[in-house]
Amino acid sequence: MSEKELGQKWDRCLADCAVKFGTGLGLGIVFSVVFFKRRTWPIVFGTGLGLGMAYSNCQNDLRSRYVLHSKVAKEQ
Amino acid sequence: CCSACEIMICLFVSLQQCVWGKVKAHPLQHCRRYTTAGDSGSNAGKIVAASLLTVGGGLGSTILYAKWDPKFRANIEKSVPYSDQLFEMALGPPPPPLVPLQKKPVRVTITFTFPLSVFDACLHKDHHEPALKERPAEEVSARLAQQDKVEQDALAALTAGLEESLGSSAKTTLQAIGAQEAVLTAIATHTNKLKEAMDSQTPPDEKSTQWKALNEALSDRTRAMEEAEEALLKAKGELEILRGVINSAKQSKIDAARPQILAAEENLHSMIVDLDKVVTKVQTAQTEAKIMSQYSELVNEAKAQFQQELANITPEIQANWKGLSGKLSADDLNSLIAHAHRRIDQLNRELAEQRVREQIHIEVALEQQKLEDQKALERAVASALEHRREDMRLEQEKKVQEVREVMEAEMRTQLRRQAAAHTDHLRDVLKVQEQELHEEIMNSKMMEQETHYRRLTQEQLDTFTLDMNAAYARLKGIEEAIDSHVIAEEEARKAHQLWLSVEALNYTLKSAGADSPTEPLEGAVGVIKENCAENEFAQALASALPEESLSRGIYGEASLRARFYDIRRLARRVALIDETRNSLYQYFLSYLQSILLFEREQVAPPAKLAPEDLDTFRLLAYATYSIERGDLELAAKFVNQLRGASQRVAQDWLKEARLTLETKQVISLLLAYANAVGLGTTQAP
Repeated sequence: MSEKELGQKWDRCLADCAVKFGTGLGLGIVFSVVFFKRRTWPIVFGTGLGLGMAYSNCQNDLRSRYVLHSKVAKEQ
Repeated sequence: CCSACEIMICLFVSLQQCVWGKVKAHPLQHCRRYTTAGDSGSNAGKIVAASLLTVGGGLGSTILYAKWDPKFRANIEKSVPYSDQLFEMALGPPPPPLVPLQKKPVRVTITFTFPLSVFDACLHKDHHEPALKERPAEEVSARLAQQDKVEQDALAALTAGLEESLGSSAKTTLQAIGAQEAVLTAIATHTNKLKEAMDSQTPPDEKSTQWKALNEALSDRTRAMEEAEEALLKAKGELEILRGVINSAKQSKIDAARPQILAAEENLHSMIVDLDKVVTKVQTAQTEAKIMSQYSELVNEAKAQFQQELANITPEIQANWKGLSGKLSADDLNSLIAHAHRRIDQLNRELAEQRVREQIHIEVALEQQKLEDQKALERAVASALEHRREDMRLEQEKKVQEVREVMEAEMRTQLRRQAAAHTDHLRDVLKVQEQELHEEIMNSKMMEQETHYRRLTQEQLDTFTLDMNAAYARLKGIEEAIDSHVIAEEEARKAHQLWLSVEALNYTLKSAGADSPTEPLEGAVGVIKENCAENEFAQALASALPEESLSRGIYGEASLRARFYDIRRLARRVALIDETRNSLYQYFLSYLQSILLFEREQVAPPAKLAPEDLDTFRLLAYATYSIERGDLELAAKFVNQLRGASQRVAQDWLKEARLTLETKQVISLLLAYANAVGLGTTQAP
């Protein structure tokens, strides 16, 4: 069903977002604790990184239909 | 999914607020720490300067880049209003777009100029043909008879003339020949006489008679020669006359006279030949006689000389010294002997001289003889050639004459044959006509009776045939009626069967559940195909059903309606998304739009669609209106006009709708057809 496709994409998107957010947060905390003396900025950075990646993925997924795939033709 | 989305957005916003809230505090503090020394005025000035610089830098860089890249310039002009004026001020008018050169086709006009050639064929044919009339038969025969008579007369005259001249010339020629022969004999006698006279063994008294006879012979000879000359001349004259007559006869061109002409010519020729022969004989005899006479002359001369000498020596002795041999004295004898010796010496000398001269003389004589012989030969050859030529010509003429005769005879036989054939044919035709006339006269009476009788029989036959035909036609009619009845019943049965199977198919459509499709239509369609194998239309329609409906079945209208509303909601939400606009931000905007846009759910669609009607929301409104009224087809048409993401969302629904519509259409056609056939086969009571 084509109408369900969009919903599926959004579901994927959110799941991905959650995962990346969690991972980013986790890694940020780890880095902050281990390397950067419990500063806040690695946490923020990691979260941002994760969310950004999720956003980008989501966009790409939603866009995937309209992207034109080109190939460089071999010169003969 | 959208509720989850909203929750996420709320979370995000709150988080951001938290984060930003945390972060916001620090730069302010920092700002406060760092900027306590400076005054707010220069601060503001710095800010203003910095912002101005940024803006100016941005504008300048944009303008520079637009100058370098015309596409960028076009983009900016499109998206930012009044930028085109700015660019024009700064950079000048935009470069003209590249248009591909159009090559003008070179038109080559070829003009053909055909020189008009006027043929002036004026052939002046002034035929003044004489008016040919056919002469009547009698005139023709009269003319023919006249011509024949004329010919006959001419022929008779010609033959008479020919014969006359022939006769005269023959007479004269014979005379000439006789004369020539007489000459011959005269010459012969003369020569003989001369020989005899030369011969000195005859006694002296006979000599004188001999000499007299010789003289006579000589005179005879001369006379005969003269006569012969005359006769020859006359004969030649006559022959010339004959030749003239023959030539004139030839010119008159009468065919019948030809053989006579030929004969005359032959005669002429033979006469000429004989004459010539005789003349040559005479000439040879003459030459011989000349020799003889010369010889006799010489001998006489010698004798005279001797006698003279003797007389010189012995003057007293007279002629005929032979008898004086006893009376002569010794002196006379001595002197005679001495004279004789002297004479002998002289003769010997002369002989020797003569011998010497002999050769020369002989040669000269030979030469002369050769010349004379040559001349004689030429003459003889010429005359012989002439004779041969004449012979051959005469032979040729004879042959031509023969061939002509043969041909004429053949032509006559052919003509005779043709005439005979013609007469036979005429005879046959006449015989046939006679017979016909005979028959007509004889049978005229019987014919009447026969015709009457025949008419009666023919009438009887006709009535009988008519009855038979009528009976037969009725029988045929009955048979046909029965057959057509059978056929009609058969047709009715088939139509009934078709109708039943189509109804069964129609019933399967009702088996659609709320969300599940119908049963597969394969079974019912198979039944139709089986039962109506001969019906081409039904077969075609049955095979026109789409595959999906056969294998999987179709959805009912109610389920499609329900599904439509879902579609509608989704389509509204992604109305802004298409190929160019598909980022997440656009999605957000599109969602916002769908929430904020208020419109009627159902709008009556116009009769004609204008371009502004192709907006997603409008189309969905029309489709909703149509579907509420039960017009699935129109709704599908509107949904088909969606573009972009809305189209993608509605794809599946559209496919299902199409399937359903198609199947329904085919089934309705089949039903209509079955009904029509059924109506056609039922008979009114």
